[in-house]
Amino acid sequence: MGDMDDIIREFLVESNENLDQLDRDLVTLEKDPTAREVLASIFRTIHTIKGTTGFLGFSRLESVAHVGESLLSGLRDGRLLLNAEITSALLAMVDAVRQMLVSIETTGQEGDGNYAALIETLTGLQGGESKASAPTESAPASSPADATPAPDEVNPETVNSEPAPPLGEILVKAGAANSEEIDEALKLQHEGDVRHLGEILTEKGTVKHAAVQDALQVQAEARASALSESNIRVDVGLLDKLMNLVGELVLARNQILQFSTTQQDTSFLNTSQRLNLITTELQEGVMKTRMQPIGNIWSKFPRVVRDLATACGKQVNIEMEGKETELDKTIIESIKDPLTHLVRNAIDHGIESPEERLAAGKPPEGRLFLRAFHEGGQVNIEISDDGAGIDLERVKQKALEKGLIAPDQAARLNDREVLNLLFLPGFSTAEKVTNVSGRGVGMDVVKTNIEKIGGTVDIQNRVGHGTTVKIKIPLTLAIIPALVVTSGGNRYAIPQVSLLELVRLEGEQARKGIEMIHGAPVYRLRGNLLPLVNLNHQLGVEETNVSHQLSEQDAVNIVVLQADDRHFGLVVDDINDTEEIVVKPLGKQLKGIPTFAGATIMGDGQVALILDVLGLAQQANVVSEIRDRGVGEKIAGTESRHDDGESLLLLGGPDDGRMAMPLSLVARLEEFARASVEKAEGRHVVQYRGQILPLIHLSSALTERRQEPRSAGPPAPGAEDEKIQVVVYTDQGRSVGLVVDRILDIAHEAVKIQKHSGRHGTLGTMVVQGRVTELLDLKGIITAADPSFFSETVAA
Amino acid sequence: MAGKKQFSTFIVDHLLFGVGVEKVQEVIRYQEMTRVPLAPPVVKGLINLRGQIVTAVDLRRRLGLRERPATDLPMNVVIRHEDGAVSLLVDEIGDVLEVEDEAFELPPGTLAGEARELIRGVYKLRDTLLITLDTDKMLNLVPTAARGA
Repeated sequence: MGDMDDIIREFLVESNENLDQLDRDLVTLEKDPTAREVLASIFRTIHTIKGTTGFLGFSRLESVAHVGESLLSGLRDGRLLLNAEITSALLAMVDAVRQMLVSIETTGQEGDGNYAALIETLTGLQGGESKASAPTESAPASSPADATPAPDEVNPETVNSEPAPPLGEILVKAGAANSEEIDEALKLQHEGDVRHLGEILTEKGTVKHAAVQDALQVQAEARASALSESNIRVDVGLLDKLMNLVGELVLARNQILQFSTTQQDTSFLNTSQRLNLITTELQEGVMKTRMQPIGNIWSKFPRVVRDLATACGKQVNIEMEGKETELDKTIIESIKDPLTHLVRNAIDHGIESPEERLAAGKPPEGRLFLRAFHEGGQVNIEISDDGAGIDLERVKQKALEKGLIAPDQAARLNDREVLNLLFLPGFSTAEKVTNVSGRGVGMDVVKTNIEKIGGTVDIQNRVGHGTTVKIKIPLTLAIIPALVVTSGGNRYAIPQVSLLELVRLEGEQARKGIEMIHGAPVYRLRGNLLPLVNLNHQLGVEETNVSHQLSEQDAVNIVVLQADDRHFGLVVDDINDTEEIVVKPLGKQLKGIPTFAGATIMGDGQVALILDVLGLAQQANVVSEIRDRGVGEKIAGTESRHDDGESLLLLGGPDDGRMAMPLSLVARLEEFARASVEKAEGRHVVQYRGQILPLIHLSSALTERRQEPRSAGPPAPGAEDEKIQVVVYTDQGRSVGLVVDRILDIAHEAVKIQKHSGRHGTLGTMVVQGRVTELLDLKGIITAADPSFFSETVAA
Repeated sequence: MAGKKQFSTFIVDHLLFGVGVEKVQEVIRYQEMTRVPLAPPVVKGLINLRGQIVTAVDLRRRLGLRERPATDLPMNVVIRHEDGAVSLLVDEIGDVLEVEDEAFELPPGTLAGEARELIRGVYKLRDTLLITLDTDKMLNLVPTAARGA
């Protein structure tokens, strides 16, 4: 049975690869129905699947593959001509086969899908019933016996990438033909004879049919063995393990190199030099094994594009450049979905319908262009369409409608900032929600996923002429270049991708160059204010007053970093060097610290922490932390708060009322499982970031407060696995969580209380986004629930 | 071997502790550590264990005992854990002891503080008590509450 499992597994792996190829081939064939070698390859694939499934006893699968094969043989023999109808039917067959393969993989059975309709369609098409009917005789529906596999009919001369010898050569070697005859036949082919070499030769009577068959057999074998000799399948787990080991070796090498600087022994120095070179080469080699061409994911796109264009009633031609551009396997996996999304977007939103295109003076067929290339240690991927481009006014309008920006902000936005609105969670300009896109979870997810792997996304828009989305991603995640800095006596590594420049201020400059805005240090970098973040301060390694410390030092090192479109300067004690570091994950005990992305081992064997620039920026409030919960985000450049405006967090209060609180009071928005709520000292608490977070239920704080001032109120009845929404408020290291029913939105509004309310826990009512909203008295609520909250000092 | 268990023992603040011998990957002398700012106080730092980065948890702090004098260098008891190894910082390394199941008793109810959660029980040895620890609970510093997505 074990053997059988192996065979099935092998079959699944192979078939899945073949099916992907099939998708591509069918789309190619539809464009050029005369491409015989493509047709032959499709035929071969289906035939192989049919043969293997028959052998393995998957009869349902076999019957589907069989009718597909019969239809294909009609095409191959020229009895039928490929049209959209046949292509769709064949693609449906591929899907059916894929579905059954998935079922076999998970359950070991073919599944109980009913494919009778599909089989009927495929059979019907064989009879030439389609509108664009077969050019010649209406072929009789071929019986199973008819579909004997014809030998490989690929014209060998056109498949010159294969190492197998050409057919002519084999025939000459076998003595079945002489080279003049072959040359003559080849010449005919060059002059436009579409027949295969074998056909020409047999029809002219120079070579016997049987000899051609034999030669084709020889060729097929040669081709198969050439492939199997130059390729082996390797378990990805093994490659990952190798990669880890090479990582260790790189570290050991770094240590030896460091040690060798203190040594005089020439033979030791030579050896360590060789070790250095070999390690570097080995590292490159092993990295290569994990590299995959981006074509692996792109290959699915022609099918996606075809299906989508058909569904939208559009004509789209997809072109690709740089398919062979290689990326680390883990990165390939994580950009698959974002890329698919962008491709879908381009077709759904970007490219217009054929009528609109003609009216705009463009060819009816839209063009989707994918391009990938290496540049500066990064991989660039561009997805461009020649559609209508993005209507900036409509984007603004939509953002206003959704309350993502305030009217006065909208007026001040430049084009770039308007485009960035597209990345806001909850944004979608699609007029109607289709099953393709426009569900409002699009571009923000794309951006988040790309940023997760250290990449960036950028949109270039040419109104009326199309859109280009540019993605930059690192080649690999395992070994990255990093800048090593010292802070508080420890070294930290900063991934180079976030690094913009280094600034060093000395003497007078250091004392005068840094200015303070209400306690926040800034530096004028080429005329722009750069907010400064002190690493020591952020890490809590030296509890000193920032301003005091900065002015006392005679030199200031500023590492200018980019996090999420925002620039900021990280002040460190010392800047050491750049180094290739091996990223190692932190243990479970330290995963919760957002400031660190991992750790690495330095040349001297010491461990150094890798800074997570985005996490650091969020901790220092350089970027709003709300974004990672997908509620909303302030736009770069519009952050400066107006005198009369404030960002408000909108909540769904009890009895469906709307409530608001200033966003500035919100430390975080969290979600806890209801089951994680515990009881301590008669109050509801949850464990949160290593602390105990007391909870106050908003509903009870507003209604039952007078009767029971110290109780947080019982949790509303509900399933244990239900989630509760918590607004975390932090004051001097102490936190309290306000349990709310719903978090609605974030709005930017002038706080003008219109009616002061007598109700406890609220300051009054005001109008936000055109709705009457109660403004919460957060401090009042907290004081009522825990009178000591603001007076008690932090217990160390 | 029924009725007997083997424990790897060590001393922390004059108390004898033990963890199941099968949980211990190795015992090593003092290693230089890189401290982790912002980490929970029980995490003393990170150790380079032959290229593997291991989190070092100070058992004195974890068990709420007195701080180790700065002059005393702790030893490492490296524990196999679900996601890699974790080192427990202890004062001194003891022997591997084989103890009878009959000698076992649950911790007394009077045991105070966080230690009550972490102590499995006590084996009454001839001249001392062997306190056994629940390594899983001991290394679980992450709050159980689910963090937001």
